[in-house]
Amino acid sequence: MGHELRIRIKTLVMILAMVVCANVGDLMLKRGMTQIGAVEISAAGLRHAFVSTVTNGTIWIGIVFLVGFMVSYMTVLSWADYSYVMPAGAFGYALLTLLAVVVLHENVSPRRWVGVVLICVGVLLVGQTRPRTTEAMAREVAA
Amino acid sequence: MIRVALLLAVLILGSTFGEIAITYGMKATGEPARLRPREILAFLARALRNGWFWMGVPLMALSFYSLLVLLSWQPISFVIPASALSYVVGTLGAKYILREDVSPARWIGVVLVCAGVALVAAG
Repeated sequence: MGHELRIRIKTLVMILAMVVCANVGDLMLKRGMTQIGAVEISAAGLRHAFVSTVTNGTIWIGIVFLVGFMVSYMTVLSWADYSYVMPAGAFGYALLTLLAVVVLHENVSPRRWVGVVLICVGVLLVGQTRPRTTEAMAREVAA
Repeated sequence: MIRVALLLAVLILGSTFGEIAITYGMKATGEPARLRPREILAFLARALRNGWFWMGVPLMALSFYSLLVLLSWQPISFVIPASALSYVVGTLGAKYILREDVSPARWIGVVLVCAGVALVAAG
């Protein structure tokens, strides 16, 4: 496999991992916070919210996925351009809308569909550029 | 109005400079030789000892805190579309600070993504 192609494939795999981890993580946090209920802004309310969140399994699953997002983000930035990874990650917004329609059968406004199309075209345009345009600063550390 | 604009600037510049510092730190750390758990853990251990990473984290925290405050002042359908500007600001930072080669195709893609995220978030 060519060097360029290998970089491209591993970059796309890591961006996919980022997008999936971020979306699943957010979804789990949302689900966990719904289980806990509205947080009351008072000393007792915040203490209660803190105890309920750290003892909630769904919240912890969400945290694990968000840590997975951070790790894949840091890893991909060790070789790929920031100006490649950042816009490509916006694919998550398009994915969320598609999931909302297919899984949750939500109604989506025409304006939002236009946004999804713009994101997909934009991500495809960025995606076909070279993922890495700068030289490596540190030598790759052999394991 | 002025305080909304100021906080929006803190939100966008905080996340841009934070992510640029982290990118710089990760490039300085050097990529893992292979994408296996052991190599990734060793990479993370090296990355966490990098000063640029720890410069980026508080900037991103500042950006996140501004987001929370802005959300308490303005509807989400204003805040997220406005913060989509960070795609353009981030690309400018990548070009002029990180010296990445932003081709015309990449610029057009970034602008489309920015407009698309704004439209999706506006609902």
